[in-house]
Amino acid sequence: MLEDKDRIFRNLYGFQDWRLEGARARGAWSDTKALIEKGHDWIINEVKTSGLRGRGGAGFPTGLKWSFMPKNDPRPSYLVVNADESEPGSCKDREIIRHDPHLLIEGILLASFGIRAHTAFIYIRGEFVREREHLQTAVDEANAAKLIGKNNVNGWDLDIIVHHGAGAYICGEETALLESIEGKKGMPRLKPPFPAACGVYGAPTTVNNVESIASVPDILRRGGAWFASLGVLDSAGTKLFQISGHVERPCVVEEEMGITLRELLDTHAGGVRGGWDNLLAIIPGGSSMPLIRAEQCQDLTLDFDALAKLKSGLGTGCVIVMDKTTDPIKAITRIAYFYKHESCGQCTPCREGTGWMYRVLERMQRGEAEKREIDLLFDVTKQVESHTICALGDAAARPVQGLIRNFRDVIEERIDQYQAALKEAAE
Amino acid sequence: MCAAPNWKKLGGAARTIVASDAEVSPCFEEVLALAVRRLYPEQPLRFEFTSGNLAWAKETIAKYPSGKQASAVISLLWRAQEQEGWCTEPAIRAVADMLGMAYIRVLEVATFYTMFQLQPVGSTAHIQVCGTTPCMLRGSEAVLEICKERIAENPHELSRDGRFSWEEVECLGCCANAPVVMIAKDTYEDLDPELFDKVLHGFEKGTPPKPGSQIGRQASCPLGGPTTLKDMVKKNAAKV
Ligand SMILES: Cc1cc2nc3c(=O)[nH]c(=O)nc-3n(C[C@H](O)[C@H](O)[C@H](O)COP(=O)(O)O)c2cc1C
Ligand code: SF4
Ligand code: FES
Repeated sequence: MLEDKDRIFRNLYGFQDWRLEGARARGAWSDTKALIEKGHDWIINEVKTSGLRGRGGAGFPTGLKWSFMPKNDPRPSYLVVNADESEPGSCKDREIIRHDPHLLIEGILLASFGIRAHTAFIYIRGEFVREREHLQTAVDEANAAKLIGKNNVNGWDLDIIVHHGAGAYICGEETALLESIEGKKGMPRLKPPFPAACGVYGAPTTVNNVESIASVPDILRRGGAWFASLGVLDSAGTKLFQISGHVERPCVVEEEMGITLRELLDTHAGGVRGGWDNLLAIIPGGSSMPLIRAEQCQDLTLDFDALAKLKSGLGTGCVIVMDKTTDPIKAITRIAYFYKHESCGQCTPCREGTGWMYRVLERMQRGEAEKREIDLLFDVTKQVESHTICALGDAAARPVQGLIRNFRDVIEERIDQYQAALKEAAE
Repeated sequence: MCAAPNWKKLGGAARTIVASDAEVSPCFEEVLALAVRRLYPEQPLRFEFTSGNLAWAKETIAKYPSGKQASAVISLLWRAQEQEGWCTEPAIRAVADMLGMAYIRVLEVATFYTMFQLQPVGSTAHIQVCGTTPCMLRGSEAVLEICKERIAENPHELSRDGRFSWEEVECLGCCANAPVVMIAKDTYEDLDPELFDKVLHGFEKGTPPKPGSQIGRQASCPLGGPTTLKDMVKKNAAKV
């Protein structure tokens, strides 16, 4: 288990004051100026050394992403913090925003300095009304204390704009988010050009997740090597994990990367409801990752590589736990509905495919299907995957593939039962 | 709200949504009806921000770089919705005029983002029930059933007395506290049928419960107390 001294998010549950004074007592804003004086390159290199990979799902190395920003561009540069947090089963940024917003704001200043941006946006989902209030209060406090803003004590001018959405999961996708900031429908853009070349208002932009940015002050203060010493190879550091579903005590907790699933659940969430042997499957990384059957969970570690090996992914670092009372077809059908609902509709494979997959699954859940449709469904997921503008298409396809790979027996059995019932009724 | 002095009717075409193909299965009809968000056929004649909201709107626009005032569209529409209870067509036009945007662009925003309520909602509470898988695993279906029984058969339909309405929404971002409903600006978490019933009763009687966890736990801390940073419960410290 991660030792308390190595935790970044020390007020995760909000037992203590979230405002400036409280944050300062926890060490925030203590030597920000000294960090900035070390220079742009030092900051980027230290973040590279730390091995921090993006916490928004894709796991792209953060330092490397920052180094893509042009250095001598006449256009202004922007940092955009992705606080859209809408992936079902993977909600952890909320805890940072409402209970330790100054960690995020200090991180924004440091990151903005690193990439030479004087304006930063925080895009927060519309549903987080109270969280937005905390965030705005914290930004106002930081401005009033001259920690950010023009001619601040830290020596790098920075304007932070809190911007909100209004209920659209797709706005978490970075280019949809940029469209949304510009006042349009959140429809993803084709890439390239990538945001570093052409982002918000057509200017160089870096988009990072809340947790990625909020980890930066601690990384710089304690050193990239400290962060890199935690976790496992290629999955460095600590991570917020959300544990939801069928556990005794669902929660959000900070843990070391590479912790075993079993330790995570047993230590922090009171274990699987009805005991470890009652586990049916988990969905790691948020609803867009394929589920994993209990048999594969025995010694499973939670890091990028281990989950990729199982054709799944760490995503945003979370676990949806399903015990043996769960109907896996129904659980995935509801996820398919989610993607159908959230598809922005601009590419045909996604717009049509998500609806099609949902409708077929809806029937399969009742057994009202034919066995050949299972392969057909798998085939359709393959036609959606990688054939769309943004990764929502993949996100919709993967859970369905996971269901078929892991629970084909359950689907077939359901179909048999339905057929048998039909036959009986006919006789 | 329906008592607004002047109302106009939009053309009859505004709500022809559902295909009448006999082959269409119920779930397909549902899909169609949900995918299309249109303006409500009855609209108030005009919209005007209150002077307080107008000042706020001007400040909000000024936050963005010059020439980029369209960025304020969601904020302004949202404020208009807060003022009127729902997102009306005259409000959409007024916001477009303020921001120098074409009406159609603002209409697109209003119909794209699902938190804009395109028809009147319950005057006391509009209940958004999260129905996505993590909430479903912990019992959101029972909460939805209660809404159907106690409020109205269909989502977005007003209760008889006009005080309540409900809808099913997607993940509200609180899955460790599932199941969850959102009412106005707050979430009510860790629900079960009885606890949700209490929440509803509270709103009916004008004494809404305290938002957040309804089983009394602190945020997303494990029930019974934290497994980490136990000292933080009592004192705030830089080093632990
Ligand atoms: C459909 C979709 C939804 C996404 N939602 C989010 C989100 O809610 N929050 C987030 O940080 N990243 C989300 N992402 C990932 C972002 O596009 C982007 O990769 C991320 O914000 C980059 O930050 P990071 O490098 O710090 O992880 C989403 C991606 C897709 C395709
Ligand atoms: S994949 Fe889906 S959500 Fe993404 S751009 Fe295409 S239609 Fe929109
Ligand atoms: S699924 Fe209900 S809050 Fe996430």
